[in-house]
Amino acid sequence: MLYAILCYHDEDTVGSWTSEQDAAVMTKLRAVQDKLAKQGRLGPVARLLPTTAATTLRKQDPPLVLDGPFAETKEQLLGFYVVDCKNLDEALDIARDLGAANPGGAYEIRPVGLFEPGNLST
Amino acid sequence: MTDTAWIDAALTSARPQAVGALLRYFRDLDTAEEAFQNACLRALKNWPQNGPPRDPAAWLIMVGRNVAIDEVRRHRRQEPLPEDEAISDLDDAEDALAERLDGSHYRDDILRLLFICCHPGLPATQQIALALRIVSGLTVKQIARAFLVSEPAMEQRVTRAKARVAEAGVPFETPGAIERSERLFAVAAMIYLIFNEGYSASGDTAEVRGTLCEEAIRLARLLLRLFQGEPEIMGLTALLLLQHARAAARFDADGAAVLLDDQDRSKWNQKLIAEGLALIDKAMRHRRGGPYQIQAAIAALHARAEKPEETDWAQIDLLYGALEVMQPSPVVTLNRAVAVSKVRGPQAALEMIEPIEKRLSNYFHFFGVRGAFLMQLGRNDEARSAFDRAIALANTSAEAAHIRMHLDRLKRDSEPRGTKAGQ
Repeated sequence: MLYAILCYHDEDTVGSWTSEQDAAVMTKLRAVQDKLAKQGRLGPVARLLPTTAATTLRKQDPPLVLDGPFAETKEQLLGFYVVDCKNLDEALDIARDLGAANPGGAYEIRPVGLFEPGNLST
Repeated sequence: MTDTAWIDAALTSARPQAVGALLRYFRDLDTAEEAFQNACLRALKNWPQNGPPRDPAAWLIMVGRNVAIDEVRRHRRQEPLPEDEAISDLDDAEDALAERLDGSHYRDDILRLLFICCHPGLPATQQIALALRIVSGLTVKQIARAFLVSEPAMEQRVTRAKARVAEAGVPFETPGAIERSERLFAVAAMIYLIFNEGYSASGDTAEVRGTLCEEAIRLARLLLRLFQGEPEIMGLTALLLLQHARAAARFDADGAAVLLDDQDRSKWNQKLIAEGLALIDKAMRHRRGGPYQIQAAIAALHARAEKPEETDWAQIDLLYGALEVMQPSPVVTLNRAVAVSKVRGPQAALEMIEPIEKRLSNYFHFFGVRGAFLMQLGRNDEARSAFDRAIALANTSAEAAHIRMHLDRLKRDSEPRGTKAGQ
C-alpha cells in the first residue's frame, strides 16, 4: 500500500526559523529519507513554496481564480498532481481542463520549491 | 539546537499579531509591549513543560492581557478604596476577549502596528528603527548593530520615535477601505526602506546588515498573507526576494561590490528566485501594474538569465520606460540608460543621461555610469574625470573600490602602448 504523508505546520513559525535552524531540520529529515530511499520505499518528496505564492481555482462554471491558498474547511484533500509548467497561466490551464473533467470543489495551485522524484519501484 | 531557539522562533512569529491585539486593548504602545514581554517570560517557563500551545499568538494575547489586568488589580488594592465595579468590568472584558480571538480583527491589528511606525513626522531612519523594535521585536542592540551606530544612540532614536507616535495618538477606529489601502501603501514603502537600508550596505557590513533584508522579507510576506489579492504587495515581496537572492554574489572576498554582469550566478539563491518569479506571475494576472511590480519584473528578467549575455535588455528598457511614466525620477532614467547602452549602444545612453546631470550632480552612481559609457566610447580622459567625481561622492568603501578598478583599467589600457588615453 502506498501512503501519502501530508505535512502541516504553522507557516509563520517555520518562516521565522533562521537559515541554520531550517538547514538543521532539513538535515534530520534527510537522514530519515535516506534510509527509506535505500530500501526503495521513498516516492516523490516536495517542499512547497509559501501559501502567499498559491492561487486557487474554484471549479464552478465558469471557474473562478482566487489569490491565496484553499481556505475552506467544508471540502477535504482528496488527491494531488505535480505538473511541469512554464508559468502560472499554464498551470491554471491544466487545472481548468481537470476541473472540466471533474467539476465541483477546488484546486489549489502551489509552486513547488524543492522536488525529489524518489525511487519507488512499483 | 535548544528548545529555547524553537520557542524564540514561535514568539517572533506571533509577535506582530499579539502586540497588535494588545495595543488595541490597552491603546498604549508601552503597556502593550510590556504585556507581551511578560507573556513571553511565562511562555519560556510554561512551554518547555507543557509543550507549545496550538495557537501561540492567542495564548500570548490572553496571558499578556491577564498579567496586565492583574497588575491593575494589585495597583488598585493599594489604593484606599478598591473599586469593585471596575474589577468586574475587567472580567467582562476578558470574556469578550475569548470570542474576539477568532482573528477577525487581526489583519487591522497588524496593519495598525506597522502603520504607526510610518508616521509622516518621523524621519525614515526612525520609522525603520521603530518598526524593527516594535513589530519585528529586534533588541535595541541588534538594531544598533545593523545601523552601525552605538547602542545609546539607537536607544535614544527609538525612544524619541515612540514619544512622537504617542503624541500623535494611535488611530484605533477600524479603517475604511480607502484608508486601509493608504495605510497598506505607507507600510509597503516602509518595508522597502528597511530592505534598502540592508541592501545598500557595503561588503564589510553586508552580513550584519543582511538581517534588515531578511526582516523586510518576513514583513512583506506577512503583509501579503493579510492582503492576498493585492498585486503591488505581490510585486513588493517578489522584488525583495529577487534582489536578496543575489546577496551571496554581490561582494567579492575583499568586500568590493561585484557588478551584476560579473556576478557568479551559481551563487544566486534559486529558492528565493523561484518564490519571486511565482509571485510576479500571480501579480501579472491582475493587469494592474504598479512601481513594485515593474521593478520586480526587471529583477525577474535578470534572475531568468543564466548568463549575463542572455539578459533581455530590450524588455528591461521597456519596463524602465513604463516606470519613468508611472514614477518619473532621474534615478529611473539613469537605470534605463544602462539598459539603453546594451540595446542601442553607449552614445544613445550618454545622450539620455545628459539632461539629468544637473539633478544628479551629487549622485555617485550617475558619475560611475557616465564614466562607464565614456569609457566604452573610448573617451578616456572624460571617463577618468567622471570616475574621479564618482570616487569623491562614494558613500561606501565598496563603491569607491569599484570605481578605482575602472580607473586602474583605464591606466592599464593606456600605459603599455606609452600613449595618452583618449587618442
